[in-house]
Amino acid sequence: MQLTLWTYEGPPHVGAMRIATAMKDVHYVLHAPQGDTYADLLFTMIERLPRRPPVTYTTFQARDLGGDTAELFKRAAREAFERFKPAALMVGASCTAELIQDDPGGLARALNLPIPVVALELPSYQRKENWGASETFYRMVRALAGPHVPPPGTVRAPREAGQRPRCNLLGATALGFRHRDDVQEITGLLDALGIDVHVTAPLQAAPADLARLGEADFNVVLYPEIASLTAQWLQRSFGQPCTKTVPIGTGATRDFIAEVAQLAGIDPARALHDATARAPWYARSVDATYLTGKRVFVFGDATHAVAAARVAATELGFTVVGLGTYSREFAREVREAARLYGVAPLISDDYLEIEAAIAELQPELVLGTQMERHIAKRLGVPCAVISAPVHVQDYSARYSPQMGFEGANVLFDTWVHPLMMGLEEHLIGMFRGDAEFHEDAAPSHLGGAAAAPIAITTAVTPIATPAPLAAPTTGAAWASDAEQELRKIPFFVRGKARRNTERYALDRGVPLITLETLYDAKAHFSQ
Amino acid sequence: MTEVADAPGTLATVDARTGVGRGVIPIREDARADGCTDAPVLRERGQREVFCGLTGIIWLHRKVQDAFFLVVGSRTCAHLIQSAAGVMIFAEPRFATAIIDERDLSGLADVNDELDRVVTRLLGRRPDIRLLFLVGSCPSEVIKLDLSRAAARLTKAHAPQVRVLNYSGSGIETTFTQGEDACLASMVPVLPPRPARAPAELLVVGTLADVVEDQFARLFSQLGIAARFFPPRRANALPPVGPGTRFLLAQPFLADAARALEERGATRIAAPFPLGAEGTTHWLRAAADAFEVPAATFDRVTAPARERAAQALARHRAQLAGKRVFFFPDSQLEIPIARFLSRELGMALTEVGTPYLHRQHLAQELAMLPAGTTLSEGQDVDRQLDRCRALRPDIVVCGLGLANPLEAEGMTTKWSIELVFTPLQGYEQAADLAELFTRPLVRRLRLAA
Repeated sequence: MQLTLWTYEGPPHVGAMRIATAMKDVHYVLHAPQGDTYADLLFTMIERLPRRPPVTYTTFQARDLGGDTAELFKRAAREAFERFKPAALMVGASCTAELIQDDPGGLARALNLPIPVVALELPSYQRKENWGASETFYRMVRALAGPHVPPPGTVRAPREAGQRPRCNLLGATALGFRHRDDVQEITGLLDALGIDVHVTAPLQAAPADLARLGEADFNVVLYPEIASLTAQWLQRSFGQPCTKTVPIGTGATRDFIAEVAQLAGIDPARALHDATARAPWYARSVDATYLTGKRVFVFGDATHAVAAARVAATELGFTVVGLGTYSREFAREVREAARLYGVAPLISDDYLEIEAAIAELQPELVLGTQMERHIAKRLGVPCAVISAPVHVQDYSARYSPQMGFEGANVLFDTWVHPLMMGLEEHLIGMFRGDAEFHEDAAPSHLGGAAAAPIAITTAVTPIATPAPLAAPTTGAAWASDAEQELRKIPFFVRGKARRNTERYALDRGVPLITLETLYDAKAHFSQ
Repeated sequence: MTEVADAPGTLATVDARTGVGRGVIPIREDARADGCTDAPVLRERGQREVFCGLTGIIWLHRKVQDAFFLVVGSRTCAHLIQSAAGVMIFAEPRFATAIIDERDLSGLADVNDELDRVVTRLLGRRPDIRLLFLVGSCPSEVIKLDLSRAAARLTKAHAPQVRVLNYSGSGIETTFTQGEDACLASMVPVLPPRPARAPAELLVVGTLADVVEDQFARLFSQLGIAARFFPPRRANALPPVGPGTRFLLAQPFLADAARALEERGATRIAAPFPLGAEGTTHWLRAAADAFEVPAATFDRVTAPARERAAQALARHRAQLAGKRVFFFPDSQLEIPIARFLSRELGMALTEVGTPYLHRQHLAQELAMLPAGTTLSEGQDVDRQLDRCRALRPDIVVCGLGLANPLEAEGMTTKWSIELVFTPLQGYEQAADLAELFTRPLVRRLRLAA
């Protein structure tokens, strides 16, 4: 038994729903008690889909448990087939139905429906959402493309002369973080290279599309958490190679272009030449100098965390001080990446552990999920979201991919925005104490002194309220000159300076914090 | 108070037994003419697009400030609460899930040890907790984990600091607000007994927003009625109960809690629910009559608020009168709200769906509904959607799983969960309740323009 408040991932049948909802012309009959329909609102509210997910729940109740739950399932499956007329049916059980041990696959087959029926075995008490999505996609592809697998030993026919190379885009689902725009961005990128996208799946794919996956020359794996299992099977069955690089960040996108060009047997030079990435220039511009060495903590699903760490370290000049994931299935990849930056990998789905790590490392920027956003808010650290789980604001109306060159531009803006802009930081530091920039001064557009009392109250707040998670560092008193000096430090770093100084004093048993202690501590922590 | 009130003539009996005087409820005359007392109810089974009782935790934990709700369930349960609680999940809330895993499923004895370990760890981290609810879920019910024995065992282990109770919020047994019913029912046996010969006391049953509770407390005090509220705001302030306790339900979904109170000798005061100005007046008057408050006092105390509510509602009536409304089942609040919309705002009712219809507790509400209203209990969501599409109502009350899809089909919706989370009861909130229906209609007009 595990005590849980926040969970990074839902149960595996939610992963299956993400596949069903992404696709067209499929329906999922889920053996589940009343209440499990809550998952519908993830799609209708968070992703704002204008249609119901194609899922029928059997809604069994306590009084059904006596024996006719199997009949209930068969009726639900039959009625769903008649009403929705899908081209393929997915059937499975949620966690409670798993315990009552009806066999959805067998029951559905007994109905003799004239369409493919894909039975899903999703062990709810061992596995989670991403695994469920991956397994479901794999089962669907096996069931639908399986009949088209050539006999072993068959050699792929060479591409016809004049025919552009074709690939499949694999892994985009419903409720995926920026999947919609990533697909658009990568489709455009491949088109510029002269490569056609044959099938995008599961997003927007019909069962008939899955059946013709084998016709493409190779596969692009956008999200390994969802698609690597399927891509490996396609490689074995159809001899289709697949990409290993996830094109998040300018460098990774260039590597990705080289990789697909090689798989497609074409010259990548043109696409690389035409690339309109502003992010590299922005990062080189002098305004970005202050970003150098900013200490960043990265957490998310394995793919986004590893990609973000690379962008942070090599494209923005940050120092990665922590790297972790909640995706246990991809812990190896994160461990390898962590070694690159000389940090200990954090593989955990217990948000308290992640909170403790962030509090301990005191990063200047946190890149994470919705949960890290809240942790960072509590700790007063800037934060940007790089990975699911995310809330409604991260299913944006505007175009905002993470992948490709436009994705790199989006990353630059998104990550730098929460940090104080360099010039602003510099000016505030230079002019602190001036009449207009003094911390107690009202903003000049509000008439300066007129509003002073209000301004003082707000400006003083950061001092009056101790940082919520500051360790109880009582023990050293502040000498008045040191206190005065502390107030000269810009308010947005003052809390940290105070904490560091007090910790320094506590560690050394200094009873009174003087000007000397303040600057000793500053020197100590700036090493 | 155990007879079923759905037979003709039962209303009068209820009134006689509760001491509500003849003519106090003016709707009695209407009851035959246009009530739904004897109306047939469409009972449906099939897919239900509703929450399970676990969701009740989200408002219950805000109400009882030193209680903690530990769900014993699966990752699905944790995910449900997380999805329903939204931002609240980040505010050190007083609820969590003990997720059953594979090891727990292999042998029952082990599960109890595991549960004890989790509870001990939890209470160690939250020493401020005085009342711990072990909340049963579908998985814990299906594997027949005996949470009542666990609660007794843990109470013994953690007494006197912490009392441990249990109830089921599982989807196989409870729908949405029934989770509150189950929770309150689990508390009734531990309420202290009333001292013998203590003066009669009113117990208001059902979670109300603090602001609403305060308003009612003021009104009862001005009426000279000694009133207490259940659930209380703190676990050490449990109201006493026994013969002489007269209780008034503030919510329509409290079947089991009411029965448990009756088993301890308390008697229910029959009344419609305090939604809208009219409902609030009937509700307060039922209590006033039971406590023999003079009519003049009642009028003097309630007149200013009634006046205010009437004025505030007039503006909404202008916008809502004649509009046709359809209710999908969700919380059991549907019938009282439909009554309010129909009688005080002039809306036309098409179908009013409810997850569960308690004939006795809703007798007075049903009598006030216009005749010809289609009532449905339970759900087969696809069939109900067919009926809704055929009727093309002006506004549809439904859950968040249906709201955006119906909007995309061109219908105007009001998502129903807000009706549970927003303070809506009482005079001062009558117009707020109306506005929840005005706003989507106004919005549609504005965006179309």
